Amino acid sequence: MMDLDTTDRALLRALQEDAGAKSATLGRRLGLSQPAIWRRIKRLVEAGVIAGRRLDLDAGKLGFGVTVFLGVKLATKGRVSLEDFERAVSAIPEVQTVQHVLGLYDYRLRVTARDLADFERVLRRRIMTLPGVGNVEANVLLSEERRPGPL
Amino acid sequence: MLDDTDRRLLRQLQADPTLSVADLSEATRIAPATCYKRLDRLHETGVIRATRSVINWAALGYTVEVSLRITLDKTQARAFDDFLAAARDIAEVLEIQTFLGRTDARLSLIARDLGHYQQIYRDRILALPHIADIEALMNVATIKDSPSLPI
Repeated sequence: MMDLDTTDRALLRALQEDAGAKSATLGRRLGLSQPAIWRRIKRLVEAGVIAGRRLDLDAGKLGFGVTVFLGVKLATKGRVSLEDFERAVSAIPEVQTVQHVLGLYDYRLRVTARDLADFERVLRRRIMTLPGVGNVEANVLLSEERRPGPL
Repeated sequence: MLDDTDRRLLRQLQADPTLSVADLSEATRIAPATCYKRLDRLHETGVIRATRSVINWAALGYTVEVSLRITLDKTQARAFDDFLAAARDIAEVLEIQTFLGRTDARLSLIARDLGHYQQIYRDRILALPHIADIEALMNVATIKDSPSLPI
């Protein structure tokens, strides 16, 4: 496990905002030389702290106006293969996130759709027909913010 | 409005946000100058908000991830605003969402271990204003996590 100093933390915060930030700009902001920035980023990537990049798109502007979080309970536990369910649900393009959870539900899904009618189509034709699906609870996303985390 | 060229570029970028303009041009067979122009416009119009580095919190020792589903006391006029403002002050909170449905809000929380989680839960989460009920889902495994839209 890697220990971070204050500069690493500031660097990670900046890269979360803009992964493509110029090292000259980062260097000026953090009071470091360009090579020092490169060395730190290289070390963070090698330690697996920086896991990759994510394209942050405005879903609404691309015509995806509805995001729904689903809590899914499997109906016949033990008789349905979890792998089959996971493979089938992950293959649905509108399903962005699949998490196996402990608690009231077995799986947590994040589903994106053009509008409520489109969501209903995905729910009825793709999700309710998956092997072993039991109780499903839906919550429609109203607002969302991502935080930088403990840095 | 977006046309087919924009969509092709966005599909490639979604699949691999590290691609350079040269790589994009080759993969989509769109001329580099057109790629530059289109990407500039997608940034300017806010369709592409940013490209962000993704942090692997497990590499920093955060092994526990919990989804807290919160019901608020809606008899309080400022329940949502007060709750959201206070939740932003908890460093271990990675995502804050509000919903239309049985759940009012959701926090995605990380912790170093179960002891650390218990400490954050008792000292910080239970101290948040206007909470009527909390349900916790512990993440066992993330099967799929992709911000990709079916463009």
